[in-house]
Amino acid sequence: MKNLLFILLVSVVAFSCKKTDAPAPEPLPPATPAVDTTGTLNIDISHVVNNNPLLLSSTSYTNAHTDTFKVDLLKYYISNVQLITATGYTYTEAVSYYLVDHSNPSSLQLSIKKVPRANYNSVKFLIGIDSLHNVSGAQSGALDPANAMFWTWNSGYIMAKLEGTSNQSGDPTKKITFHLGGFYGTNSSVKTVYLTFPNAAIVSESHTPIVNTKAEIAQWFSNPNVINFATTYAVTTTNSSSKAIADNYASMFSITSVVN
Amino acid sequence: MRLVFTILLLSIISGCSVDPEIKPIIAADNIKEIIPDGWPTPYYNFSNNPLTPDGFILGRTLFYDPIFSSDNTISCGSCHQQFAAFANLAHDVSHGVNGLLGKRNTPALQNLNWNTSFAHDGGVTNLEFFPSVPITLPYEMNETINHVVLKISNSSKYKPLLIAAFGNDTVTSQRLFKALAQFTGTMYSFNSKYDQVKKGKDTYTPQEQIGYNLFVQKCATCHKEPLFSDYLFRNIGLSINPAYNDSGRAHITGNASDRFKFKTPSLRNIEKSAPYAHDGRYSSLTQLLSNHFTGTGGYAPTLDAQIQAGISLTTQEMNDIITFLNTLTDPTFLTDKRFSEN
Repeated sequence: MKNLLFILLVSVVAFSCKKTDAPAPEPLPPATPAVDTTGTLNIDISHVVNNNPLLLSSTSYTNAHTDTFKVDLLKYYISNVQLITATGYTYTEAVSYYLVDHSNPSSLQLSIKKVPRANYNSVKFLIGIDSLHNVSGAQSGALDPANAMFWTWNSGYIMAKLEGTSNQSGDPTKKITFHLGGFYGTNSSVKTVYLTFPNAAIVSESHTPIVNTKAEIAQWFSNPNVINFATTYAVTTTNSSSKAIADNYASMFSITSVVN
Repeated sequence: MRLVFTILLLSIISGCSVDPEIKPIIAADNIKEIIPDGWPTPYYNFSNNPLTPDGFILGRTLFYDPIFSSDNTISCGSCHQQFAAFANLAHDVSHGVNGLLGKRNTPALQNLNWNTSFAHDGGVTNLEFFPSVPITLPYEMNETINHVVLKISNSSKYKPLLIAAFGNDTVTSQRLFKALAQFTGTMYSFNSKYDQVKKGKDTYTPQEQIGYNLFVQKCATCHKEPLFSDYLFRNIGLSINPAYNDSGRAHITGNASDRFKFKTPSLRNIEKSAPYAHDGRYSSLTQLLSNHFTGTGGYAPTLDAQIQAGISLTTQEMNDIITFLNTLTDPTFLTDKRFSEN
């Protein structure tokens, strides 16, 4: 009971503290999925830059401002994953915190477990960590501050981190450093993502569908806010520059296929 | 019966402690959450961090262990000295590794659970997070959380302490932060003369009473009883120290309206926690009060309205107020062996 209350509280706080960037589905009366039988749904993430697979440090890419850049590090949080059926039934994963790290292949698959048997046709999640878990004290696992995704001086998680180099960078050593944090207010780096599937993901106790998801990293710097590395090359606090990039990465994800 | 229970507990605790340094002075009923009569509900409680003597002892051991610093020379207790109400006597700013100087004065530690934020700029939102600040500041402990976890994992001293507190010897940052919060979060100071007078168990001297009346009239809006702070942020008109150019609260919020604002400190045990102000610029209370309310020389656009209106004090009134402030000294807390480095 206590756990359930906590989960409800988390969901309420999580989904009340942030700006909604994507239209949420109309709340329909919940259908009755088979809660007695549950399965797993895997979300596989591939990182691309201008549709080419992201390779760390070795390959040069071009942003919308025509600055060339290389990526040395890419890490971000995905949290509060929800799966939604055509009738509006929503499965909310209880403890739902994932640290995606491009250098760690196993982190690129989010395995959503204990999903009630049903056909799901959309997914909703946060890029970043809900406000409650930014202020709840010492956490563990994906939320362990030892993952270096936590601001000590200004409590809260770094929602997303991209580091690299660019010849056009205004930094004397040509670095580009983007640590996007802040969990409240208009400059929050926490973004809601809502994606519909091209076909339903059929979850059952014996069937684990894979939702292939593409994250376009060039999107961090292109739309709607074109980022010029000569002037915006180090963003490590919450401000209008971090907002510009977070507003961009809010739409970096797309679903390429659902394989049942 | 109670005695038997205490003795039993003591023997259990001492039985678990391999480190002879740790004296078995803590019974289970001696480590508990306290809300003194008439105090507000604390902001931090132990609902997600159950208090135990073993958790407290682990926290204390960590607090006094220089393992948190990159060169293993500086512990939390290096700057937070019990006799100075866990501030740093005679140090205007913190001293870090390699002889580096910090930028801010070490604040006193007491009644931390009522703080709505931590650090002079309030950048830390939860008691459990606070230690990560000095640990990672290059001019304080200059460490990484990862490396501290590794060092403590490799330390045989901690294995029995961790087993006692958490059931096994796995080291995680969460365990370290929670144990430290058990230690710092139970630093309650509520046995000063002021508290005794409030309870009707003591009386002020005539000068203390005059000082208290003046305090209520001129200071208590911000230094709100019974904690002697409202934990809000204010610019009290201190001149900007060019060595630090510390914008205070604005550094956290990014708002120009917060420039050069700092958190109102509690005044409990203030007699013992010199020097004063966020950068330790005042070495005595007389010096502080003589300059505190002049409202000139600082950053005018965000100057606190009360300071702008002016708070005038004669020398006699200052002395009276200081006499009252000395009644906020809590000798029980300052000498409580549970909090001492054994």
